[in-house]
Amino acid sequence: MPSQRTRAGDVLRFTWGALRGYPTRTLLMLIAMAIGVAAVVVLTSLGEGARRYVSNEFASLGTNLIIVIPGRSETSGLNPTTLMGETPRPLTLRDAMALQRSFHVRRMSPVTVGQAEVSWKSKSREVVIMGTNNELLAIRHWQMAQGRFLPKGELERATPVAVIGKKIRNELFGASRALGQWIRIGDRRFRVIGVMGSEGRSIGVDVQDTILIPVASAMQLFNTPSLFRILVEAKSRSAIEPAKKFALKTLQERHQGIRDVTVITQDAVLSTFDRVLGALTYAVGGIAAISLAVAGILIMNVMLVAVSQRTSEIGLLKALGATPHEIVRLFLAEAMLLSLLGSLLGLLLGQLGSLVVRHSFPEFPAYAPLWATLAAVIVALLTGLVFSLMPARQASRLDAVMALQKR
Amino acid sequence: MIDLEHIHRNFQVGDQTVRALDDVNLHIEAGEYVSIMGPSGSGKSTLLNLLGLLDRPSSGIYRLNGEDVTSLSDTQQARVRNREIGFVFQMFHLVPRLSAEENVELPLILAGIPPEQRRPRVAAVLEGLHLSNRRHHKPEQLSGGQRQRVAIARATVTNPKVLLADEPTGNLDHKSGQDVIRILEDLNHRGITLIMVTHDQEMGQRARRQLHMLDGRLLNGQRNDDA
Repeated sequence: MPSQRTRAGDVLRFTWGALRGYPTRTLLMLIAMAIGVAAVVVLTSLGEGARRYVSNEFASLGTNLIIVIPGRSETSGLNPTTLMGETPRPLTLRDAMALQRSFHVRRMSPVTVGQAEVSWKSKSREVVIMGTNNELLAIRHWQMAQGRFLPKGELERATPVAVIGKKIRNELFGASRALGQWIRIGDRRFRVIGVMGSEGRSIGVDVQDTILIPVASAMQLFNTPSLFRILVEAKSRSAIEPAKKFALKTLQERHQGIRDVTVITQDAVLSTFDRVLGALTYAVGGIAAISLAVAGILIMNVMLVAVSQRTSEIGLLKALGATPHEIVRLFLAEAMLLSLLGSLLGLLLGQLGSLVVRHSFPEFPAYAPLWATLAAVIVALLTGLVFSLMPARQASRLDAVMALQKR
Repeated sequence: MIDLEHIHRNFQVGDQTVRALDDVNLHIEAGEYVSIMGPSGSGKSTLLNLLGLLDRPSSGIYRLNGEDVTSLSDTQQARVRNREIGFVFQMFHLVPRLSAEENVELPLILAGIPPEQRRPRVAAVLEGLHLSNRRHHKPEQLSGGQRQRVAIARATVTNPKVLLADEPTGNLDHKSGQDVIRILEDLNHRGITLIMVTHDQEMGQRARRQLHMLDGRLLNGQRNDDA
């Protein structure tokens, strides 16, 4: 006796025929499945895009970076400084210089930021002015388009030179040569020595729309004794922690033992964002997966309808010698084929969706993570399987005599 | 070939027990041509379904080729059905989305026979019933007589020993009905055991052996020539 078992190829062919025999039903189920899978793909690609976007922004700040901010964010509750928005003790240039004296520190760059009226000949506009030193170029991995960056040397020397962003160069000078020209910033005159080439944007600062001047010049210009930030680049990843401790200790000593600065490491901030946005991606993925479960219930419903629609066909198959197991196989195969086609369609839609997102927001890297894509397909197949088990078993248990009496 | 001993089949309708088959004893030899006649509700279809292993008796023993088939599992019964028994129905029961050829192929597919072995068998049986030029037609493109011939092709493609026909001419005009009966009788001449349920006296009387049923009882379970 030959092992009686419908061949896989025949199951597939029969199933495919059944799907084509009921195009409306098939199409509806495909759409339901596809929407579920596409939702997972698009939503996780948005989440992942947000994560990568933030990572990139932080990476563009520099590597192995430690950021010193005046004021102590850990201090909770009200005190005069939080109300005034200013620390009692400013973060000074000498503080900054003190931070250079560590084996763990490679580069240090003080930053002060303000806004001022900038003019050349008859043109003028408000521009973000950043006072800093020569090291910032290397810390931020920026490139020069023309000329050179701020000069090395004494931090406290207020040299009247400026490096301007590309956009400002275009707006102020148009077709004229910018290098060597004297521009007016606030009530002082500065000579343009360089044009920034970087397209780089990093959180809050658009390099193209900024003018960089020596930090001492900026402090005179804005008449402030305090820095906005001190950026410290550690020698290596492993030097970040010692450098951070060094910075805290040094500044506490310099400020009469009062700990009135906040030191954050880029790593810590990055990993926090990474965690938060990673969790967000999982969450939206999970929410989207619910739509897959809904699709699964729809599959169950439609398969139940299919069973009652095809009752006489099932009866016939039984009369022709299909075992209960064969009937289950046929209906499961049908649901699986639907789920598979639906999820392939969904992947296509999802990829298209994230392509549209990437196209509309080029700086937003909305790529669906591989795990989400795989999980979406697997969940789709599993829901298809689980939710068609019951209808399939119901079909296999149909009473052949009754089934044949139905038209 | 077929042996029924004290077969009962009861249905529960509400709190009433309906005796669809009441102590049926029947012996059918291989190659016989049997008609089962009787008014509707007399149990003739129930008997046919039981013979075809589509239904199980409430009590009694059914032996097919000497084997007690009442004790087989659903799966085992399905296999016996596939190999030994062909069905022809009043409603034809062709799968509408499949062509004539594909409908005939179904029992072979369920038997797990590879395509290259199926094709010649399907072609041969369609040829024998003069349906070769209709083999790609869907049921809806066929006349009633042609549909029933396709159904007969499907029932016989596995070379079963028993052919069970439930009112095979019930949905056909007179001429098509005559054609179908001739085909079935021809198959019987070539050795197949033909058991046909009908309430058409004229059709029924063509059988060499005629069984009459009333209220679930077989009125003449014995052979004609014994009577």
